[in-house]
Amino acid sequence: MNPPLATASESLALREFHAFEAHGARFLYMVPSAGIFRMDGPSVAILDALEHGPRSAESIVRELSGEYATDQIMETLAELTEIRAIGDVDAPKQQVPNDLPPAGFPLTTMVLNVTNKCNLACTYCYEYGEDKIVDTKYGKAPKFMSEQTAEESVEFLLEESRGQEVAHLTFFGGETLLNFPVLQKTVAYARRRAAEEGKRIEFSLTTNGTLLRPEIIEWLADHQIGVTISIDGPKEVQDGLRVFHNGKGTYDVVQPKIKELLRVHRTRPIGARVTLTQKNMDVLEIFRHLTEDMGFWEVGLAPVTTQDQRDYAITPEGKDSMLEQFEILAEEWLQCAIRDEHHGFSNVKDTLEEIHKGVSKAYGCGAGLGLMGVATDGDVSLCHRFAGSPEHTIGSVTDGIDRDVQNKFLEDHHIASKTDCHTCWARPICSGGCYHEAHVQYGESSHANLHYCTWVRSWTHTCLEIYGALAQKNPKFLERFDA
Amino acid sequence: MKHLKGINQKAARIEAYVAYEATEAKSSELEVVGLEGKPPHEKEGPHFPLGCSLVFFPGWEADQQGGTAGLCQPVERDLFDCHLSCFWPAHVPDQLNHAEDWTGQCASAQKDWRKLDLIFP
Repeated sequence: MNPPLATASESLALREFHAFEAHGARFLYMVPSAGIFRMDGPSVAILDALEHGPRSAESIVRELSGEYATDQIMETLAELTEIRAIGDVDAPKQQVPNDLPPAGFPLTTMVLNVTNKCNLACTYCYEYGEDKIVDTKYGKAPKFMSEQTAEESVEFLLEESRGQEVAHLTFFGGETLLNFPVLQKTVAYARRRAAEEGKRIEFSLTTNGTLLRPEIIEWLADHQIGVTISIDGPKEVQDGLRVFHNGKGTYDVVQPKIKELLRVHRTRPIGARVTLTQKNMDVLEIFRHLTEDMGFWEVGLAPVTTQDQRDYAITPEGKDSMLEQFEILAEEWLQCAIRDEHHGFSNVKDTLEEIHKGVSKAYGCGAGLGLMGVATDGDVSLCHRFAGSPEHTIGSVTDGIDRDVQNKFLEDHHIASKTDCHTCWARPICSGGCYHEAHVQYGESSHANLHYCTWVRSWTHTCLEIYGALAQKNPKFLERFDA
Repeated sequence: MKHLKGINQKAARIEAYVAYEATEAKSSELEVVGLEGKPPHEKEGPHFPLGCSLVFFPGWEADQQGGTAGLCQPVERDLFDCHLSCFWPAHVPDQLNHAEDWTGQCASAQKDWRKLDLIFP
């Protein structure tokens, strides 16, 4: 059955999509649905024919009649209309309604800030550095989360995860391991309570690695705690900005501890999380060092969140160089994937998973909805980056979520409110980006991250090309993202 | 589909939806439904017919003192309520025909109403 196609004399025009090529095939990434379609000869010819503006189906048939049969062209026109790649020239633009997610949306990840104290003084830190939003030194929140607050948080997670069988609990700081005793007790408590509720909780933590000791490493391995190490790269890079309070570099302290962790802890993959700044832009060298010399299974890199005037803020040229190097690693990742081999560049994997599922986001991330952060005093905030900020608090683990505040937040941060994003093809994946990044850059968490648009579009395009290439060369590999 | 091959999971859902729509359109003739009934494709839940007389916004024009300082809806809501949620176009530009982007920069009337500009023919 063909859909109501514009009558032959009416004008057809291109609608919203982003076209890309991979291994000789041409694909469409549909916007905003995020579906991906591979085109055949007639569909490519039709889109090319419409490239220079609207025209009638009749004239398209006439132009292409030498190459394709009329039936074939009409059939293809119908299919392209069905997926909304083309349509009547006067068809109204698709508007995204600012609908709230259904009530009772489950919390899947809770990030527990078990302490806001840190034994390091990294210059760029959003918690302690020049861009901090919470007064962690003299603020009202306690330095350490108590056992009781941690237990109340676990109850909150079990309750708010609703029908979900699995919930994720991530420990964060400050330096997480400064509060190791509470960590141990919380994991034991959460395991027991989850079992009683017929659920399962998975644990992970982020640490700077300085406080890892054999007994801690053993505990992490025994309890299958996923570990992410914040580390910036080789000695000269790491020692530049990741320093102790006395200014001394941390590389020599963390290097042997991390090696020991990677040797002993085999129950969960261990990743490195790198903050890129203008002072450490050699992405390739950093990546090689962390995977080959250190032995990390995965390495994820993210540019520093800061205001433009800081000397470590990445310049536009810096962003270009970063992208070029990301593209080199992405190509390596692709070659490995074609051979069914592992490559540790997790940035590609994360984006590819979203592309595979075809997510079309209403919000930049799950903060304040499926993910929440808990401050040391038990206040619940949008995410861990906002923990302790009264402006971004949406409830507490004891009193629950203030639904009015949460709904107001969701309404303000919905893609429908970000008019700047409405013409961008990358919005299904980006949706305006990180709220904390926007807060630091524009003083408003609901602002779209316009300073990253070019970068996000280039990177998404690269990942689409990789996805297309895999669909051509090793489609079986994509099934890994099915879950 | 013969000419387009769905590659990712979302594409598969779109294909399934298109196929479903095609069979639906074959199986049932769509009726024109007025205010009195429920459209055939709305199978569950209550039916809300269109019409502003069914929606009650207290404190629209004047607050309890007779002024406009304490309205529970900002006055800018007036601009939109008649022509968006109702068939009556009110005195605003015709967004269907020649001013379709009039509210393009105005996602939230309360916040962005200053971005609504005059339309010159």
